[in-house]
Order: sequence, then structure tokens, then C-alpha cells
Amino acid sequence: MITFDRVSKRYAEGHEALSEISVDIRQDEMVFLTGHSGAGKSTLLRLIMLIERPTRGQVIVDGVNLAKVGERGIPRHRRNIGVVFQNHQLLFDRNVFDNVALPLVIAGYEHREIGRRVRAALDKVGLLSKERALPVTLSGGEQQRVGIARAVVARPRILLADEPTGNLDPLLSAEIMQLFEAFSQVGVTVLIASHDLALISRLRHRILTLRNGRLVGAGS
Amino acid sequence: MSAAENKPRRDGASARRTRLRHLLQGWLAHHRLSAADSLARVLDHPFSSALTWLVLGIALALPAALTVALDNARALSDRWDSPAQLSLFLSGSVSADEAQALQAALQQREDIEQVVFVSRDAALAEFSALSGFADVLDTLERNPLPDVLLVTPLPGSDAVTALYAELKGDPRIAEVVLDMAWLERLNTLMQLSRRVVLALGSVLVAGVVLILGNTIRLAIESRREEIVVIKLVGGSNAFVRRPFLYTGLWYGVGGGAFAALLVAAALWFLGGPVTRLAELYQSNFRLGGLGIMGSLNLVLIGGLLGLAGAWLAVARHLRLIAPR
Ligand SMILES: Nc1ncnc2c1ncn2[C@@H]1O[C@H](COP(=O)(O)OP(=O)(O)O)[C@@H](O)[C@H]1O
Ligand SMILES: [Mg+2]
Repeated sequence: MITFDRVSKRYAEGHEALSEISVDIRQDEMVFLTGHSGAGKSTLLRLIMLIERPTRGQVIVDGVNLAKVGERGIPRHRRNIGVVFQNHQLLFDRNVFDNVALPLVIAGYEHREIGRRVRAALDKVGLLSKERALPVTLSGGEQQRVGIARAVVARPRILLADEPTGNLDPLLSAEIMQLFEAFSQVGVTVLIASHDLALISRLRHRILTLRNGRLVGAGS
Repeated sequence: MSAAENKPRRDGASARRTRLRHLLQGWLAHHRLSAADSLARVLDHPFSSALTWLVLGIALALPAALTVALDNARALSDRWDSPAQLSLFLSGSVSADEAQALQAALQQREDIEQVVFVSRDAALAEFSALSGFADVLDTLERNPLPDVLLVTPLPGSDAVTALYAELKGDPRIAEVVLDMAWLERLNTLMQLSRRVVLALGSVLVAGVVLILGNTIRLAIESRREEIVVIKLVGGSNAFVRRPFLYTGLWYGVGGGAFAALLVAAALWFLGGPVTRLAELYQSNFRLGGLGIMGSLNLVLIGGLLGLAGAWLAVARHLRLIAPR
């Protein structure tokens, strides 16, 4: 589903953030990406989302070589990927429903269909009762669940998460991870960047470890 | 090709039509949403929005008011009697009967309002009465004056010069005298004024676009995070642009409406005195305004300028907001 072929990324003003990354993630997999701060986890996710382009090598997502996706193709590419951010990236002047509905509005779904899908997504993350609430009135864990609902509402084939439990206590973190596992079980490819080794090693999934921009260990 | 192969294909086509219809509906829905949302945002800040409208209104009202003033000046100058009178001095060989036939022929023409025949005898009598040289003139053996036709072209006809050239070629007419100097001066002045209005209008229009561009730039700045999120979840540039274009449209439309109001107010303010002044000159001249169509045009122009300003701002500033 996601293939990196000898991918390197050098930012304009710096050293190589990623070097010679080769990895293959199957469609039914849930994979953790770990490593010290600055190891290149976020950079790897950004390459998948086409926020950045690789300096060398190829990234292939769902059979599409991203080098062939032009500027105009980027929005369509991103609509096939759900993303969860550490800092939620919610819109604070809109209520939970509108936040979750955003990808559907962008994709041009009609009104009723949006309502149905948003409620289904909110139901999955256990926030159906909060659809009219503003994000500021929610706890950190709830906000993150809104973020997850938004990521999955358009039923993407791939779900990416960058430190989704970064700000949460262990109990909430475990709950969030369970949510991701549930999506993985219904066929979504899940890739989660996290430096919370204690948490992710308890869940038995493949772990990719980055060190100074290189993949280490058996994961690759 | 077998029926079994045909069927799924037809289903595919109809599914695609349904999908297209949904896309179209979604697209329309987002236009409605953007339009309403942008309007709500504009109205959410009544004070600063009204200020923007006022500034735009003044900038648009100035050239509009000057255009109205020029139109009125033209209407006024068209009403003046004999904008240019042609004096046709007939040659000595033309008899009185022939002169009257010529008068009748000219009178038939479309571009001529009136032809007055002044016979040489009448002219001499008038001249001697007015000049006080009656004694001197009496001593003359022969009347030195020719018969004259005074031709008044239809007001506002630009063909005076053509008429002049045509009549000059007529063998019965010895000389055509056209006092056009003041008319030409007036026309030149009007043309000059039009140019000035055009130049001023262009500058002000550019100003309007820049003001709007800046207003939209601020709106973009204040929604930077939202734009980033929208782009991250797959919003196209058009999708991101849409609400800002509507914001520009609303500001422009409001500015245009304000301008129309300002012009109407100015005319109302001046209308009374102008009418009284006209009455003093025994004229029934009334100030003309923008009218409904003119006002609507002003609103339309405002809206277009708003769109243009928003487009400029959006094209410049959205690009700078990562991720692309
Ligand atoms: N936009 C950027 N410009 C320049 N350098 C960057 C940028 N983003 C990240 N980096 C650098 O790339 C390296 C990897 O960063 P990142 O992928 O964010 O690591 P992680 O997410 O594992 O903490 C770091 O050294 C970081 O400083
Ligand atoms: Mg990171």
C-alpha cells in the first residue's frame, strides 16, 4: 500500500532528514514509526502526504508513484489519506460536527450524506453526544478523538497519525490506540509515528525505528 | 459484445452520472455555504465593514458623479438654440424664386431643423435701420447685399461639418459661413473632461482594487490556520479561494451600493437649486441622475472590482501558506 524505495530527503537549509529509506507497508497492516525527536518521523509522513517531495528515491502510495502527482493532483491524493496530528489541528470557531464534516464538504458530498457519515464517525469515537460542542469545551482526549473522526469520516484507505497521543495520559493513549486498531481491522492501512515506546511495544504490530534519518533494526 | 459484458458497463455509466450529479450538488452547496459564510463574516464586524464600504463607495462615487455631471452638461449644451448656424450667401445670379425653391428643398432635409430666408432687400432695410447709415446707403445705386438663407441644423447632430462641406459645393451658393469656433471649443472641453474623468476613474478603480486586496489579505492572514487544515485534508486551491472571493464580492457590492447612494444624495442636494437656476433662465432643465440601471451598473462594477481585488490577494497570498 505504501512503498518507499531508497528515499532521501534533504531540507533546503539542513542535513539529510531521511537517508536511503526503503520500506513496504501492506494494505492490511498497522505499523508504528518510532525514533528520537528529530529522527525524521514527521518528515516521512509528510512525504506520503506530499507536503514535502523526496530529494532522491520514489514513494508509491496505493499504486501511484507520487513523483507523477503534480500540484493539481495533490488535493485528490490527500483526500485518500486520513491524518491525525499531535495538536489536533481543529478549527476552534466551528463546532465538532462542522470540524468532522470538513473533508466531506471538500469532497463535495451532499448534505444528508454528510450528516449520516459525520454521525457514524462520531459514534465510532464515542462523541455522538458532543456534535454541537465547540472544541475548546472538550478535554484533550476528546479533541484528539474529534481529530480521528475527521481523519476517518471520508473512509480513506490510509490513516496516518503523527504523535497522536503526545499530549495524553497513558490511559487515554491506550484508548486512542485501540481506536486505530479498530480501523486497521476493517481494512484501513494505519501508520502511526510515536516516540512512546512503552505504549507501542505493548501492542503487537510492526515497528519501524528511525535513527538520524535511517531505518534501523528488523522492521524494514 | 455479449449482453453480460454490456450490463455492468451501463451500470458504470449511470453510477458515474450519479457521482457527477452529487459532485455538482456538492459544488453548488459549497458556493452557497461560502457565500453565506462570507456574508456573515462581513456582517459580523459591522463597523470595520461599513468603513470599507464607505471608502470603496467614495472612491467609486467620484468618477460616477463626474460622469453624471458631464452627461448633464451635454444635455444642457444640446438644448441651447442653434448650436451652429449656417449662413448661406446666395450668388447674385440666383433669383428670388430660385432662392425660395432652395429654401424649400433644404427644409425637407432630415438633418436641418429650420431654414429662414432673408431677402437682400429685407437685409438692406434691416441693416440700414440698425446701423444708422440709412443716408449713406440711400446714395448707393445698387443693393450690395446678397440673399441669405439662415440654416439651423438639428441640435446635437454631428454632421454640421458634413452639411457645411456639401452646401459649399452648391453652385447657387456663393459662400457658406459657419460659426463653429465656440462649439468646437465646447466639444474639446467636453472631450478633455471625459479624459480627465477616465484617468481619475482609472486611478480610483486601481485604488479600490488595492484596498480590497489588502482587506482580503488581512482576512486570509486571520484564517491562516484554517487554510492549512483545509489543504491538509485535501481542499483544492479553488475550494480555499472561494470564501475569500465571496468576501471580496460582498465588499465590492456594498461599496457600489454605497456609491450609488452617495451620487443620489448629491443629486438630491443639488437638484433644487439647479432647477431654480434653470427657471431664472426660462429653461425647464432638470438634473439627470444615474437611474435604476446606472445604479445597478455601479453595484455590478463594485462587485466585479471586489472579485478582482480578492483574486489578486488570493493569488498572491494563498501560495505563501504552507503546505502548498
Ligand atoms: N521544514 C523543515 N526545514 C528544515 N529542516 C527541517 C524541517 N522539518 C524538519 N526538519 C529537520 O529534519 C529533521 C527531522 O525532523 P522531523 O521529521 O520533524 O523529526 P521527528 O518528527 O522524528 O521529530 C530534524 O533535524 C529537523 O530539524
Ligand atoms: Mg515529529
